[in-house]
Amino acid sequence: MPEGTMNQGIGASVRRKEDKKFITGKGRYTDDINRNGQLYAYFIRSDVAHANIKNINVNAAAKCEGVVAVYTGEDIAADGIGGPICGWTPTNRDGSAPKEPPHPLLAVGKVRYVGDHIAVVIAESLEAAQAASEKIVIDLDNLPAVVDPATAIGNTQIHDEMDDNVYFDWELGDETATADALGGADKVIELTVTNNRVIPNAIEPRAAVAEYDEIEDRYTLYTSSQNPHLTRLVMAAFMMQIPESKLHVVAPDVGGGFGSKIYIYPEEAVCTWAAKKLRKPVKWTADRTQAFLGDAHGRDHVNKVKLGLDKNNKIVGLRVDTIANLGAYLSAFSMVTPTYLHGTLLSGCYDIPAIYTNVKGVCTTTVNVDAYRGAGRPEATYLLERTMDYAARQIGMDPAEFRRINFIPKDAFPYQTAVALQYDIGDYEPALDKAMEMIDYANFGSRQAEAAKRGKYRGIGLSSYIEACGIAPSAVVGTLGARVGLYESAVVRVDPTGTISVFTGAHSHGQGHDTTFAQIVADKLGVPIDSIDIVHGDTDRIPFGMGTYGSRSLAVGGTAISKAVDKVIEKGKIIAAHMMEAAETDLEFKDGKFTVAGTDKEKSFGEIALSAYVPHNFPHDRLEPGLEETAFYDPLNFTYPAGTHICEVEIDPATGVVDIVDWAACDDFGNLINPMIVEGQVHGGIAQGVGQALLENAHYNEDGQLLTASYMDYCMPRADNLPSLKIDYTVTACTHNDLGVKGCGEAGAIASPPAVINAIVDALSVVGVTDMSMPATTEKIWRAINDATAKAAE
Amino acid sequence: MYATTYAKAKDVADAVSQLKGADEGKLLAGGQTLIPTLKQRLASSDCLIDLSDAGLSGISDEGGSIRIGAMTRHVEVETSEMVKKAIPALAALASGIGDRQVRNCGTIGGSVANNDPSACYPSALLALGATVHTDRRDIAAGDYFTGMFETALDEDEVITAVSFPKPEAASYVKFPNPASRYAMVGVFVAKTSSGVAVAVTGAGQDGVFRHGGLEAALNSSFSAESIDSVAVDDSVLMSDMHASADYRAHLITQMTKRAVAAC
Amino acid sequence: MALVKMTVNGQAVEYDVPDNTLLVSFIRETLELTGTHVGCDTSQCGACVVHVDGQSVKACTMLAAQAAGSEITTIEGIANGDELHPMQKAFHENHGLQCGYCTPGMVMSAIELVEKNKGLTEQQIREGLEGNICRCTGYHNIVKSVQAAAQEMGG
Repeated sequence: MPEGTMNQGIGASVRRKEDKKFITGKGRYTDDINRNGQLYAYFIRSDVAHANIKNINVNAAAKCEGVVAVYTGEDIAADGIGGPICGWTPTNRDGSAPKEPPHPLLAVGKVRYVGDHIAVVIAESLEAAQAASEKIVIDLDNLPAVVDPATAIGNTQIHDEMDDNVYFDWELGDETATADALGGADKVIELTVTNNRVIPNAIEPRAAVAEYDEIEDRYTLYTSSQNPHLTRLVMAAFMMQIPESKLHVVAPDVGGGFGSKIYIYPEEAVCTWAAKKLRKPVKWTADRTQAFLGDAHGRDHVNKVKLGLDKNNKIVGLRVDTIANLGAYLSAFSMVTPTYLHGTLLSGCYDIPAIYTNVKGVCTTTVNVDAYRGAGRPEATYLLERTMDYAARQIGMDPAEFRRINFIPKDAFPYQTAVALQYDIGDYEPALDKAMEMIDYANFGSRQAEAAKRGKYRGIGLSSYIEACGIAPSAVVGTLGARVGLYESAVVRVDPTGTISVFTGAHSHGQGHDTTFAQIVADKLGVPIDSIDIVHGDTDRIPFGMGTYGSRSLAVGGTAISKAVDKVIEKGKIIAAHMMEAAETDLEFKDGKFTVAGTDKEKSFGEIALSAYVPHNFPHDRLEPGLEETAFYDPLNFTYPAGTHICEVEIDPATGVVDIVDWAACDDFGNLINPMIVEGQVHGGIAQGVGQALLENAHYNEDGQLLTASYMDYCMPRADNLPSLKIDYTVTACTHNDLGVKGCGEAGAIASPPAVINAIVDALSVVGVTDMSMPATTEKIWRAINDATAKAAE
Repeated sequence: MYATTYAKAKDVADAVSQLKGADEGKLLAGGQTLIPTLKQRLASSDCLIDLSDAGLSGISDEGGSIRIGAMTRHVEVETSEMVKKAIPALAALASGIGDRQVRNCGTIGGSVANNDPSACYPSALLALGATVHTDRRDIAAGDYFTGMFETALDEDEVITAVSFPKPEAASYVKFPNPASRYAMVGVFVAKTSSGVAVAVTGAGQDGVFRHGGLEAALNSSFSAESIDSVAVDDSVLMSDMHASADYRAHLITQMTKRAVAAC
Repeated sequence: MALVKMTVNGQAVEYDVPDNTLLVSFIRETLELTGTHVGCDTSQCGACVVHVDGQSVKACTMLAAQAAGSEITTIEGIANGDELHPMQKAFHENHGLQCGYCTPGMVMSAIELVEKNKGLTEQQIREGLEGNICRCTGYHNIVKSVQAAAQEMGG
């Protein structure tokens, strides 16, 4: 490797290029952006869950000082502006299409959840807008709230288009074969598993600054988004109905997303629409309460699980019936999350010959639910890994051993599951073994005994997970109802002096793309990492992009970059062959040098770059000047990261307090580009999963009020809720992308919740507790101990 | 935040006169509860009177008691050698209020005046038999806390200091609400020449209260075991999504045991 | 209106602002120092932490007028020219940040924590960061960063 490029390529824990701006306070997030003469939008939201709108009187508000305009849903409708759409729809099991009731940007006729947008005040200051909003008189005729997904079906009708509150009724797998397998099973384990509703809570609240250029007839929207191109596409084509080229979307620095910033929400669209109407920039920034009441929530499934085992404790069949609460409206991925991103994962790491699942997506008068870190896969993993643990206890087998005997053997890959996916590669036992070694599983008994002497219950819990990420092969998703392709684009532009700009359709909001992507380019071209700039988040600068979610940035976006770099090298070879008067076929490229095989002739990458732009004697019939290449990469398959996480807890029976005392994770993400960044992703995912398992819960009362709408009541994990985490890896390289990578962003959040709950149940098994729901609050644990103790005394 | 005016009071008399002159004046005594309430437009005030320059800070040893000026910040109580020596439980209590940023701003007077049912300080006042000094009178803690967010203070009355008699032993144990980190149950146990006092915060429907049953048991035998037989009536306790009344009752027993053990 | 005079990152500033102006708005909007962030309404997330006379304070929970006459330090003011503060360096070296939004507040809190407490244990660091919420890192590398900086700062 050339001087200056050591320890910066693939596999090196390069310190992040993007850090400096953030640690010095120079990051540029949407709310940091201000435009001359900007106005401020304040949205009036419904404070009841379900009501007919009888009248909205905005007259007094419109007359308030500083107010420029007050709009309601009727104004939006009058301009023909549409609402958010669903980007991926499953087909019902009877072959019909799912119901997609409209989602007006501002409510028309009805409000359907606490937080539903009713009107917007636009004023010269936020204070003026907010003050005026209090003068709006809204006359509502209340209707019953529908909160509980289990009883939503056939309850009070929420949308005219849907008489039973069921958006879809979907199935996957062979129902008959599964019924036969369960019928013939030696034992059938049954468990109801609830996946609690959580709220993403990126620390940067969503924000938008929209402006309209009258001369160019063009809008610019700065917004806190994970996928600016999708925002542009949906807003231009479906909401604003303007030419896509007339909307410029910029997602600058974005303070976390976790799924919640995939979707196109009413506020961005209303600000953009109003910017033209008022011929002034319009700014909106959510406060935290608005984020709780407006950003898509996550999870919220109830599953009935049946797992059949033969006499050797091998799994013979699995049936899962799920009710997924999708909330009051649909958004981009709300229907795919509980279906194709969930049902397809039900085989987990296990060889299960027959699987059937039925999922009903139901409507309730709550905030819409959509993909949240892991999106469907944490829900699938949780129900499966809880059931595996529950089953192991029922049959009296060590949970690690029970998993081991049911793992897909390593020589069975590629492995076709009973639920549509084909896993390309994997090897699950080494990860289990390593994790067990890391946490000293063998000596757990002595730690448990020692804890018991101190009056504490100690437990250990495993979770062996798989996920399908690198979302996604367009050909596959297209047949499954996706309305988009899920490729990614990259442009690699080499400047005359050899510096490089990479334009990627992926978007970094914490994932460290500026560094990881630069490492790929530096490694492949043998150039210093500092000569490479990664550009993302701007629809005017990047050809197209599907954005960042589904652990796709590296596997799809990174591969696109790799392919664009390959094209640069190919063109470089042609230039080099011309310069060195050699045959193109004799050209080789390695360590930043183009060489002619069998000779000592060489040209550096820099010389080729310069020559590309100073083409004094290029044969123009065969060789164009310039050195810039574009690649669109559409993956051939999903990628399948997998691994085992083990959590060890200690419980104080006097209070129910759970202390996570140790954590070992062994993941297989394929090849690692930057292990430091990967580890950080795993840490963050685990913290979110631990949060869900122990602390976090979106709590609605029966009137549909969200009682956890601030950090006073919604419990975010703090530093002292978490332990130091042990992370290690096994590697089976992905077989179908150039880099052999699989993706790592969601794994922690997928693996961790069942590990925590399994550890808690293990700890409490001494008093006879067999199940625990999330979040496992101290009170629930205290009550479970009491109930079990009372039962034992009977 | 609704429009308001801000002024610093130069002394207590000035604060009282500004309060009298305002329609809806509020004293700013650290502001760690008041400002969030104002900025969320959950309250309004035409006049905020900042007491930070009113000469109300400081801790002094009065012999039998420790006197803490109303504007003394939690961090000052937490780190005061005088408090740590005379009433270490009080310093420990202060060290657990909010987070470090809250403790750098929040004051004892502000906390006591607000009487949040989940605040820590009220339990110390009750258990230690503290006296609340105001611009016009002294109020015994037992007469001071009159209900959730309610106190014996008149509209324009200003707390100037709180005096805590030095106990023989005392301990405060808090079981925090995991989200807000306020007390879900906090128990302050104090042993004084006149007996044992047990004050509970975070749990009562009417705010902080003393528990006669626990006190009686501990007066007859000051040990964690002695309260095993004491029933904590949960019908007077708060029940919410964070904790049911019966769990709070259980935690009162547990926290009392821990406090007794630490005394 | 209140005349607010203070020193911010070593520079004297003086502005007339409405009395109800929060310190964080004064810093972000009046002074255009946008490194100090707002992440909640209830004084819990800590994205807005700055130092007021050397004490860490949530700038969303103090009026600008209350801070008049004080010396304020924000994230923009802790480096010495191009020389990063040891806490900034440690966050970079230990991957103590991801999206960067909580980072300024986290760094400001951590500096005060280390400056005021010697010999911090891991548990004390975790408890000392109670007033700051991070959604990205799981805190693991933040704790490592603070430990590393404490070494460097003689803590």
